[in-house]
Amino acid sequence: MTVLCLIETDAGGGGVDASMRALAVARGLAGSADEELAAAWFGPAEAVSPGELAAAGVGRAWAIGSAELSGYAPLAWARALAGLAADPVTGSAADPAAGPLGGSGWISAIVAAATDHGNEVLAHLGAITGLPMAANCVSAARIAPGKCRLVRQRWAGSLIEDAVLAAPVALLTVAADAVPADAVLADAVLAEVRPAAAGEPAGGGGDAEVSVEVYQPELADGDLTVLAAESADRRSGVSLASARVVVGGGRGVGGPDGFAVLEELAGLLGGVVGVSRVVTSEGWRPHRQQVGQTGTKITPELYLACGISGAIQHMAGCQGAKTIVAINTDSGAPIVTKADYAVIGDLHEVLPALVEAIKARRP
Amino acid sequence: MEICVCVKRVPMVGGAIMVTPDGLEVDTTMSGFTVSPHEECAVEEAVQVAERLGGSVTVLTLGPPEAAGQLRDMLALGASRGILLQTDGAEWGPMATADAIAEAVGGGSVTYDLLLFGNEAADTGGYQVPVRVAHLLGLPCVTGIKGLEVVPAGDRPERILASREYRGTEEVFDLPLPAVVSVKEGINLPRYPSLPGRLRAKRATIETIEPSWEPDGLRKERLRVPAGAGKKAQVLGAGTEAVPALVSLLDELGMLS
Ligand SMILES: Cc1cc2nc3c(=O)[nH]c(=O)nc-3n(C[C@H](O)[C@H](O)[C@H](O)COP(=O)(O)OP(=O)(O)OC[C@H]3O[C@@H](n4cnc5c(N)ncnc54)[C@H](O)[C@@H]3O)c2cc1C
Repeated sequence: MTVLCLIETDAGGGGVDASMRALAVARGLAGSADEELAAAWFGPAEAVSPGELAAAGVGRAWAIGSAELSGYAPLAWARALAGLAADPVTGSAADPAAGPLGGSGWISAIVAAATDHGNEVLAHLGAITGLPMAANCVSAARIAPGKCRLVRQRWAGSLIEDAVLAAPVALLTVAADAVPADAVLADAVLAEVRPAAAGEPAGGGGDAEVSVEVYQPELADGDLTVLAAESADRRSGVSLASARVVVGGGRGVGGPDGFAVLEELAGLLGGVVGVSRVVTSEGWRPHRQQVGQTGTKITPELYLACGISGAIQHMAGCQGAKTIVAINTDSGAPIVTKADYAVIGDLHEVLPALVEAIKARRP
Repeated sequence: MEICVCVKRVPMVGGAIMVTPDGLEVDTTMSGFTVSPHEECAVEEAVQVAERLGGSVTVLTLGPPEAAGQLRDMLALGASRGILLQTDGAEWGPMATADAIAEAVGGGSVTYDLLLFGNEAADTGGYQVPVRVAHLLGLPCVTGIKGLEVVPAGDRPERILASREYRGTEEVFDLPLPAVVSVKEGINLPRYPSLPGRLRAKRATIETIEPSWEPDGLRKERLRVPAGAGKKAQVLGAGTEAVPALVSLLDELGMLS
């Protein structure tokens, strides 16, 4: 049996971070039952390097492509994965009566990153096959044929669910913060993810090169009705999601004008400003700056949370920060039990003094 | 333009989330209830479209009898009809939920031009009910949308342009109507309910349907709060007196070089 992982590729080449994390969890699942690990992506065969795949324990790989399938089309992507899972050569189910994927029996699970694309494609796959789908998993292990034990996130990670998924083919997406980014390919993490087989990659990967096969999907009518047109211009500047420093402001900032000092501090530290939901729903700042469950998940080295109480939905977006420092007038605020360091005080006094002190150190 | 928006009642948890002793539910003895911000934005978007192009907005929820309260909150924002798919409070799986919603909005002959959802339920985070509903109804679908434009042909709404940002690029989808779309917070800034809106919502009748269901393949065994919650921050000091300690900390972390 084989665990198949969908890889999203970067314009610059290679699999995106979130997909490499999904691959680490897929590898854990494959290893838990001595199964093979395979990868598939949409685009040319060269999009992912064989070395990168081998290092991640992948034994077989498919580049899915056809003339009609040039952009992102969620239903077409799901149809293509269903075809590949039914039969990688013919793309059609040998015995449609024998189960959702034609009873080919070679795929035990299909895994993707819990991104907008990954969740959407796997939801379509669930709908066209009639299979259940589990989103935002943190780890997965097989406990019996057709049965997996899962750990998944609820409330964007504020709550953890232990669950059992019973399905002939498990459809899973992997939470963005399931595996630490800098350790995706490190042996230590693989050992943790797959304790039984640490050191020897699943699927016979190892140092061997992975040969990439090309799979031409057969699409159904209407599969390309929903097709993304991409605008050429990329947003410039440091993005909130990848900033090294985030200076956060909440209701305590008091109004739109209060953010000048946060902007100045963020500038001095080479970071960006992030905000709580109160700030965006008051209209003080645009929503794209919101940190949290319904905003952006951030993973900076430093998060300086000013005038933010630390509601679980806010913390869900910043629990990936390496160090959290809170500035709050209330020593009983929840953020004080969730941050690493705290200053009890008025941000309108502390921040200007901090800015002056930092400026004074610089020539 | 006839629009139906699907919302979900979830506990309004604030500083801490707690689990019931049996480990199966979120402890809601201390919390109120709300709908996800994504869904509030979906209702706002629907009301704005109806205000611009005419038509009406229906809100639908699947949940316990008390979920009528969330329907009334949404009616106060400008929706005119509320449908409750009433359950006994048990947690339905996404497949059963999608079946019941698809059935309630008309089965194969859907009477709405647009079905709106929030991108994911705030509590279970399943990311799939809208897509499953679209398949059951044979409609096109796109999720995670942060910009919506209705394109009329003559006096009929014909298509929508739905957009979202994905990894630094803007993706635009052109969908024929009727369609299913899930949206994210940020697509608009929801209004505060007006006083007349609240009064209207209070008096509105809620249509109730009692669907039946079967569990799907994903079974919850236990909920737990992640490890690491409940540590205590090291207090660097009070007010501006803490600034020197804060500066040394930033220096130690390598932020000042
Ligand atoms: C389903 C759902 C999803 C949500 N998603 C998000 C999300 O993505 N992001 C998000 O942020 N929230 C989200 N929320 C809302 C969240 O529950 C909180 O309401 C919100 O985070 C509170 O914002 P806040 O901390 O700025 O405001 P408050 O909770 O009002 O806290 C303000 C804090 O500032 C402190 N303060 C006041 N004045 C000063 C001062 N002068 N100096 C220093 N400190 C001061 C106060 O002591 C207090 O701790 C969501 C809620 C729900 C139900």
